[in-house]
Order: sequence, then C-alpha cells, then structure tokens
Amino acid sequence: MILSREHELMRKNFRNFAETEFTTEIQEELDRNGGFNWEVWEKIARYGFAGTKIPVEYGGQGGDYLAYALMNEEFSRVCPVLAIYANTPNSLGGGPLLACGNEEQLKKYLTPAAKGEKHIVFALTEPGAGSDPGSMTTKATPDGDYYILNGRKCFISGAPIADYAIVYARTNPALRGAKGISMFIVDMHLEGVSCGKPEPKMGISGYPTSDIVFDNVRVHKDDLLGPLDRGYAVAMKTLDGGRLGVAAQSLGIAQGALEEAVSYAKERKQFGKPISYNQGVSFMLADMATEIEAARNLIYSAAQAKDSDAKDASIQCSMAKYYASEMANRVCGKAIQIHGGYGFIKEYKVERLYRDARVMTLYEGTSQVQQIVISRSLLK
Amino acid sequence: MRIYVCVKQVPDTSGKVAVNENGTLDRASMATIINPDDMSAMEAALRIKDETGCQVTAVTMGPPPAEGMLRELIAMGADDGVLISGREFGGSDTFATSQIVAGALSHLGVGEEDIIFCGRQAIDGDTAQVGPQIAEKLNLPQVTYAAAIEKDGKVLKVRRLLEDGYMTVEVQTPCLITCVKELNEPRYMTVKGILECYKKPVAVLDFEALKDEPLIDLDTIGLKGSPTNIFRSFTPPQKGAGQMLAGSPQEMVNELAGQLAAKHVI
Ligand SMILES: Cc1cc2nc3c(=O)[nH]c(=O)nc-3n(C[C@H](O)[C@H](O)[C@H](O)COP(=O)(O)OP(=O)(O)OC[C@H]3O[C@@H](n4cnc5c(N)ncnc54)[C@H](O)[C@@H]3O)c2cc1C
Repeated sequence: MILSREHELMRKNFRNFAETEFTTEIQEELDRNGGFNWEVWEKIARYGFAGTKIPVEYGGQGGDYLAYALMNEEFSRVCPVLAIYANTPNSLGGGPLLACGNEEQLKKYLTPAAKGEKHIVFALTEPGAGSDPGSMTTKATPDGDYYILNGRKCFISGAPIADYAIVYARTNPALRGAKGISMFIVDMHLEGVSCGKPEPKMGISGYPTSDIVFDNVRVHKDDLLGPLDRGYAVAMKTLDGGRLGVAAQSLGIAQGALEEAVSYAKERKQFGKPISYNQGVSFMLADMATEIEAARNLIYSAAQAKDSDAKDASIQCSMAKYYASEMANRVCGKAIQIHGGYGFIKEYKVERLYRDARVMTLYEGTSQVQQIVISRSLLK
Repeated sequence: MRIYVCVKQVPDTSGKVAVNENGTLDRASMATIINPDDMSAMEAALRIKDETGCQVTAVTMGPPPAEGMLRELIAMGADDGVLISGREFGGSDTFATSQIVAGALSHLGVGEEDIIFCGRQAIDGDTAQVGPQIAEKLNLPQVTYAAAIEKDGKVLKVRRLLEDGYMTVEVQTPCLITCVKELNEPRYMTVKGILECYKKPVAVLDFEALKDEPLIDLDTIGLKGSPTNIFRSFTPPQKGAGQMLAGSPQEMVNELAGQLAAKHVI
C-alpha cells in the first residue's frame, strides 16, 4: 500500500523515536526486572504519542487509525513494550470514553490520558470470565447518588500504575450475558480499590499486569459511562480498534524478528559459507517476508476501513488481529530456527521477541474468539 | 520578532558515500538527513518560540527535494519554510552560498529583534564558514559555537564552546548565532505537527526572485563562479584504534616513552 506523505513522515518519526529512546539496555532491564519505565513514559507524553489517535479537542494529536497502526508497528519493531505503553490510552483506555463519554467525562478523564498525565486502563476480564465476559460476576448496586462496586478483575494491563480504570460490572442481575452490564470510570485511589501483585509473565514484562479488587467501592453515578445496562454492548463495538493495535504490534514484532534473522543469516558461516547461501535458510526468510507483507496490507486496509467507517471494518480488524498475531508467532519461531542454538540464548533479541509475541494471540480476544467473530459474520 | 534558522540537507554519512567525477558529492544517490548541528539550531529557536511565541522560519538552499526537510522542521514546530532553489545556484561553495543565503534573508527582511540561527558546520563539508559569512555579508554581529543561550529581551547571553574552555558573550539582536550539538537535544516531530506541516507555507526563492539582490554578485555564484575548485575527493584511510594508558603519571610516562623508543620515534 502506498502511504500518503504525512503517513510516511509519521512512520519515520515513530521509528526514529523508538530506535533512539527505547534502547536495548532499557528493553533488557525491563525484561529482566519488570516494572515500568517512567522516563520513557514522560517522553511519550511530551511528544503526544499517548494521544496519537485522540482528537485534538481532548488533548490528543488528531491522528487516524492508520497513524495509530503505524505507531504500534514501528514501536513494536523496536520493542512491543514501547508500543503497549503508547497504545493503552489510545485504544482500550480512551476508546470507551470516546465512544460513550459525555462532554464532562471526556474533559475530566480523556484529556489527561491523551496528554499522558494520567494512566487509564481497561478492566473487563475476570478469573471466571475471559473469552466469555458475559459470565462476569463483578456487580454494581445503586445506593443514592452512588453505585457500590464489588468483585475482582484479573490480567489488567497497567493496573499497578493506573489512575483510572474503565470497569465493567453487572448492574442488572435479572438480565443475562452481555445485557445488564454497565461501564464505570473508577478512580483507582478510591477506598476499597486494591491491586494484586504484578503477575510474573512469559513476555512483555516491562508493562505490569495485575488483578484489581473492588471491595464496597463507592462510585458516583456521574462516573457511569454510557447507557445503564447496555454499556458493554456499546463498548464491544469499540474493541475492534484495540484489535487493530494488537495486529500492528504483531506486525512490528515480526518485522523486527525478520531483520534480526536476515542479518544473522548473512553473518553466520557454516560449511565455509554464510548460512543464507542455503535455500533451506533463504526460503525461510522469503516466507517470513511474504507473510509479513500480507499482514501489513491487511492491517493498513483494516485501518483505512475504520477511518472511512466502512461496514466491514470490524471484521477486517478481527481478521487482521487473527492473521497477524498467528503470523508473528510463526515468524519468530523461524527467526529462532535461523539463529540455531544462539536463538535460544537470552543475549539474542529473537529470544525475547519470541516470548513477547506469544501474548498476541491471547489478549484482546484469543484467535479462537476472532474466528468466532469472523465466521459468525459469514454465517449470519 | 522572527527567528530564521538556516538548515542544510546533507548526505547520511552513516551510509555509503558516493562521489561524482568532478569531485563533488553524488547527493542524488545517497540518503539524506537534516544536518545535525542545524537540528540544534532549530531546537534553540523553538525554545525561544515556546517562551515568546515568536515566528520561526526554516531557510535552506538546495534542490527541490529539500522541501521535504523543511516540512519536517515545520512538523517539529517551525511556522514556515523558505526554499532557495535554482540551477544557477547549484555547485556553490561557501563563499557563493553565503552570498545567496544572505541575499535571500535580506530579501525576506531581518528586523531589529530578529535572530538568525545556523548550525556550526555541515557534516558533508565541515567548513563552519557559511554561518559567519552570512553574518559578515548582512553586517550583523555573530557568535559562533553556542553551547548555551539565555535570552533577555534584545540581549542574548551565549556560552561559546571552544576547544580549551568556554567563553560567555553578550550580543544584541539582530544577530547571527551558530550552534553546536551540545546546545540541546532536538525535539521529535508530533503527529499533530505532521498533519499540519503540508498546509503551512513554504516559499520558493529562485534565481529570478533573487538576481537583483545587491548582496548577490552574479559572477561569483554557482559552480562556475565559486572561487573554490575541488581538486580531488577521497575517503581517508581509517586511523588505527588509540590506546589509553593507565597508572600513575610516572608509570604512564615511562610506558609512553618506552613505546615511542621501541618505534624509534625518540
Ligand atoms: C498479559 C495480558 C494482559 C491482559 N490485559 C488485559 C486487560 O488490560 N484488560 C482485560 O480486561 N483483560 C486483559 N487480559 C485478559 C485477556 O483478554 C484474556 O486472557 C483473554 O480474553 C482470554 O481469556 P482467558 O484467559 O480467561 O481464557 P479462556 O477464555 O479461558 O480461554 C481458554 C482457551 O479456550 C478457548 N476458548 C474459549 N472459549 C471458546 C469458544 N467458545 N470456542 C473456541 N475456543 C474457545 C480460548 O480461545 C483459549 O484457547 C490480559 C491477558 C494477558 C495474558
């Protein structure tokens, strides 16, 4: 796909920022010790990357979905953790606000998130409700001007550093499934809110993930986001933007792994010649590059479909997420194969990329959930 | 108040260097970047803009594709750009270039409160001559090698980075300052800036627009008029790696003297 000159410039800028600021030392330190790099965050905030896709009137940069995809791709090519930092406020954090927030809520919560002054996260998953959020048990009971929130969310990206969370809770026990669920904006500093320990993870260790527990938390009714009992249904429509982001993260990882594999294949000599002289190796590279390019075109096209409000945009986002995340895992596997035993050693970047890629087929809807979404649209 | 920032598109010397038969650089076949010292000059201007809201104009002389660089500088925060471009200007050396740029600046008008920022030197020629020559031709005070700048109204206090120390100089606007990379860390573009950068004005000043400027002598511009003739261009051989000595001064002197003696230098 031929990009506009503006998008080409954005790509160059995202790449330059990622390569210069998110150094290998920072990446390795985060991978080893977990936590969160506040210095990098401060720079993300300063240059507006936390608000790439958020409208200018709410403190964002006014970019489109293609800009957002390019940011995720280029940041992730250097390290997916950087992409996730910048992605959260643009997608799952800011998305539901943009879709359902009233003017006051947008000013109060979206603007500081877009400027990177506050962290806002997305709390849907529960221990007993993953692919099937409709079975959630977190509930919110009305009490005068407040709702009393009780329950437990798990696997919440960014929870330990969050200022606000978009929380899904059942407000109508009589209704079933997605019906009877509402969205709330919860201040993480309210009494009764607590986070679990950050989970030790296989990859993306530089962005903390933990439980959030709500114990009789009093949430003001002004912080109900979207329509009562129907918040979830509305929000589901915005999830496809997040899926596009994960697709682009997968693409970036795969591109990064390919570049590592190409340079290693040219350098490493066995049987008296570079291993790239063997078709067994070079054809693997050809397959990797072809799959990456296919994913790239699918993702950019899905982004443009979102930007033009096309009817099939949502399905395209699911396809992009499904294909790109599975592709990234295949490509990282081959990148390690090309590195031989060295690919299994932590000193080589492909080892980390392989682990980071693994979550891409899981979060924001597993591959199977994407298959459900895609097949349903065919069979309806 | 307006700040002009003179910038140059240069070959990316981290890539392959290509040379034409006449000895000049084969710029078309090399990737280009914005000259690093010029980025510091732009950042210095933008910091003054952040405080005062003044206008920042990026000025370059170069072939038409140099417009892309001006757009990037606008995406960083400059208000507009000026591209000085014409076949007649091609192949100019520093003497010719500074005449043309000075002519263009005087054509645009340098006011009482205005400042001209340049990078110290361009990484392709490494002469550090164009900035000072522009100042001379415009008859403006100049301060070179700025590593820190404080602005207080019309007075600028500039810390110059010299080989053996610092020198602090005060200068009044209008003036020209050349900047070194130690001055600051240039900012990145923003998405918002990029979305706007192609909508902002970039004026093109060609030969026709500048030929009557009194500062420009038509006989001494371009490849033919330039007093400099390139004799030969070549890539210098790599120097060997240096060696750091350790220990007490006495031990290091002994070691050094021993090594020099072994090489029959002393
Ligand atoms: C690092 C990380 C960060 C996360 N961040 C967040 C976050 O910020 N916010 C948030 O709300 N959640 C977050 N999650 C949760 C994530 O979205 C869920 O893990 C995911 O939706 C899957 O749910 P589950 O883990 O309960 O798996 P399950 O739903 O139990 O699925 C187990 C397996 O069964 C398959 N399966 C389930 N149902 C079906 C079916 N009907 N047909 C076919 N196959 C099926 C699944 O595809 C999967 O292979 C995060 C998870 C991780 C690992």
